[in-house]
Amino acid sequence: MKKSIKLTIAGVAAAATLASAAAIAASRDYISIVGSSTVYPFATVVAERFGNATKFSTPKIESTGSGGGMKLFCAGLGAEHPDITNASRRMKASEFEMCKENGVTNIVEVLIGYDGIVLANSNKAKPMNLTRRDIYLALGKQVPNPDGSETLVANPYKTWKEVNPALPNIKIEVLGPPPTSGTRDAFAELALEGGAKSFPWIKAMKKVDKKKYKAIARSVREDGAYIEAGENDNLIVQKLNANPKALGIFGFSFLEQNSDKVQGSIIEGQEPTFDTIADKSYPVSRPLYFYVKKDHIGVIPGIKQYLAEFTSEKAWGEDGYLADKGMIPMGTSKRRDMASSVNGLQTLKSL
Amino acid sequence: MTDQAKAPVESTIDKVNKTLARRYRAEKRFRLYGMLSIGFGLLALVVLFTDIISKGKGAFLQSYIQLEVTYDSDVLGVYDVNDEDQMALANFEGVVKQALRNRFPEVSSRKDKKELYQLASLGAAFELRKQLTADPQLLGKTETLWLLADDDIDTYYKTIGGEEFIGATSDKQRAWTKSLVDADEIELKFNINFFTRGDSREPELAGIWGAAKGSFFTLLITLVLSFPIGVAAAIYLEEFAPKNKWTDLIEVNINNLAAVPSIIFGLLGLAVFINFFHTPRSTPIVAGLVLTLMTLPTIIISSRAAIKAVPPSIRQAAMGMGASPMQVVLHHVLPLAMPGMLTGSIIGMAQALGESAPLLMIGLVAFVVDVPGAINDPATVLPVQIYLWADSPERAFVEKTSAAIMVLLAFLIAMNTLAVFLRKRLERRW
Repeated sequence: MKKSIKLTIAGVAAAATLASAAAIAASRDYISIVGSSTVYPFATVVAERFGNATKFSTPKIESTGSGGGMKLFCAGLGAEHPDITNASRRMKASEFEMCKENGVTNIVEVLIGYDGIVLANSNKAKPMNLTRRDIYLALGKQVPNPDGSETLVANPYKTWKEVNPALPNIKIEVLGPPPTSGTRDAFAELALEGGAKSFPWIKAMKKVDKKKYKAIARSVREDGAYIEAGENDNLIVQKLNANPKALGIFGFSFLEQNSDKVQGSIIEGQEPTFDTIADKSYPVSRPLYFYVKKDHIGVIPGIKQYLAEFTSEKAWGEDGYLADKGMIPMGTSKRRDMASSVNGLQTLKSL
Repeated sequence: MTDQAKAPVESTIDKVNKTLARRYRAEKRFRLYGMLSIGFGLLALVVLFTDIISKGKGAFLQSYIQLEVTYDSDVLGVYDVNDEDQMALANFEGVVKQALRNRFPEVSSRKDKKELYQLASLGAAFELRKQLTADPQLLGKTETLWLLADDDIDTYYKTIGGEEFIGATSDKQRAWTKSLVDADEIELKFNINFFTRGDSREPELAGIWGAAKGSFFTLLITLVLSFPIGVAAAIYLEEFAPKNKWTDLIEVNINNLAAVPSIIFGLLGLAVFINFFHTPRSTPIVAGLVLTLMTLPTIIISSRAAIKAVPPSIRQAAMGMGASPMQVVLHHVLPLAMPGMLTGSIIGMAQALGESAPLLMIGLVAFVVDVPGAINDPATVLPVQIYLWADSPERAFVEKTSAAIMVLLAFLIAMNTLAVFLRKRLERRW
C-alpha cells in the first residue's frame, strides 16, 4: 500500500506542476527587453545599474538579434510580449506596419549613440590602409569589370594587391558575421555600399533600379574570400590572432578590449578611435536604437525610470559609463533633444 | 613449387608454428589499436581539462585593494542609518572615491581623478552598504577595508610578472596599481562573489549562483514531471500493454523521439507552452517543461530495459502466491527495476543539465541579474551562462567562462558518479 501512496503522490505532483505551468498568469513585475546583440552589452549595463539603484527589479534582457527582437516586440501588447526591443539599425517600415497590425501603435524611438565597425588584423601583421572602394572591390559579390568598361563581373580578385597596387600582396581573407547579424547589415550598407557609390555609374543605377542597385552594392561575395565566422566576436579575435594574414569584422568595443591582440585598419585615412567615430570622420559607424511600447508604461513598473536612467548624462554622456563600455555617444545638443523627446514620450508617427 | 619440393611433408603443428608469430603479432596490434583509441580519448580529455583549468583558475581569485574608508555622514548623505530613504539614496560610491583620493593625494586634475576612480569596482560601494547596514555604529568612523578592484585592474594585476595584459588600463592606472603592489595594498582573495551572485556586466561582480539556481529549478521540474510519467509509461508498455500494431507504432515513435535534435523540442515548446498556454518566457518552468519532453524518451527506454531485466520467475512466483497484477508490479517488479530506472533518469537529467539549444527558443538566453527565487522568476541555466559570458567583450570574462565550465563539469561528474554509485549499490544479479 505504501508503494501505491508514494506513486499517487508522484502522480499528483506531476499533475500539479503541469497545471500550475498553465495557470501562472501572464503578469510581470520586471521589464522584458529583447533585440540586438550589439546593443546587448550596453543595455545590460544600464539594466544592472537601474536594478541596483532603484526599488524595481532588474530588467531581463534577451539577445535575439535586431530582426528577431522586432518580431517579438511587434507581436502584440500585454505582459507576455516584451516592452522594449534593442536594434543596431532603425526600425524598418515593414516592421512598423507589422507592429501596427498587432495593435502596437504607440512606439517611442530612442537613439542612444553609435558603434563603430572595424576591420582589424593581428598585431603581428602591419596595419592595413584601406578605402571603402578597396573594401567593396575586395568583398563585393559583383564588381566593375577590371578592364574599365561599365559592366559587372563576378569578383575576380584574389589578393589585396590586385585590388589596389598600394596594398600588400596577401590573399583576401576576411572573417565576419553571418547575414542574420546586424553588424553584417551595417557593414554592407556603410562599407560596401559606400565603396560601390564611388563608381558614378553604379550610383546612377540607384535612381533607375533600386533593387538591382542594392543587390550590387550590398551583396557579399560567397566564393570563400569572406568567411562567416559566427556571431561570436571573441572567436573572430582568436582566429585573427592565429592567422595574421586574415582580417576580421567586429564592433569597436571588441577592438578596445583586445588591443593587445588586434589592431584596427585605417579606413580613408582614419584610424578607428573613440574620437574619430564620435566626430563621424571614421566612415563605418552605425546608430544604435531601442524602441519602447508606450502603452506598457504604467502597466509594467519601472519603464519610465529605465528610460530616465538610459538617457541620463551619467549613462550615455561623454564621460558616462556606456562610453566606458565602448559605446560612442552623440553630440551634446543631440543628446539633449533626444532626452527631452524621450522623456516626453513622443511616439513614432511613421517611418 | 621449389619450396614444396624441399619440404614435402608438413604436419599440422608445423603449419600452426609457422603462423604463430604472425598471429601473436596480429593479436598485439589489435590490443594496441584499442589502447591507442583510449589513449587518444584520454589525451583529448587532458588537453580539454588543462586548457579549461589553466584559463579558468584565475576566476576563483579576485583582486582586492586595501583602503582607509571613512563613513562620512556628509559624503554619504546619511545621518540616521535606520532611515530607509536616506540609506536608499546614500552615496557609497562617493565614500570609495574619497578613500581613493586620500590614498593618492597627488592626483588633482579632473581627468586623472576619473581614471583613479576606475580602480575600484562598483561592487566596493555595495560592500560598504552591506557593512553599514549590518553595523550602524560604523557611521562617522574610519576603517581599513579590502575593497573589490575593477576588472581591468584585476586582469592587469594577475598578469604582472608574466606577459602583461594592458587592455583598457591607462599608463597612470598601471602606475597606481604598481604602487599598490609595492605597498602590499592589493592582493588576491577567494572570489566569493562568483559563488553567491547572479550575472553582471562587471566581470568582478558576475557570479554563477543565479544560473546554478536556474538550472536547479529547471531540473527539479524536469525530474518531477519526467520520472513519474516515464516510469508509468514504461510499466504500462512492458507489463500490461497488448502486443499489437499500435504498441509497435508507439515503441518506434518513442525510439525516434530519443534521437530528435533538441532544438526541435525548443521550437515545439515555443509553439505549445509559450504561444498557446502563455507560460512566461525565460522561466525555469517553461525550460523544465521543454526539457521534460526531451528527457522522457530516454527515461522510458531505460526504464523498459530495467523492467525487462527482471526475471519472469519473480512475476510467476508472485502470481502463484496470489498477488494481483498491480501487486506484482508494485511489490516486486518496480523495486527490482528501480536501480536501472534511477540510473537512466540521472543520465537523462545530466543530459538536460548540459542542454542549451532548445532553451534558445524559449528565452532562457537572457541577462538576469537577480538570483531566481521561484520557478516563475526569470532565469538562465549554466550552459547558457557560459555561452553569454563567452560572447562578452571584457577580457576578464574569458576566465569566468572557463570557471563556469568547470562548475558545470563538476555538476555533471557528480551526477554521473551518483548514477554509477546507485547502480553498484542497488544492483541485483540473478
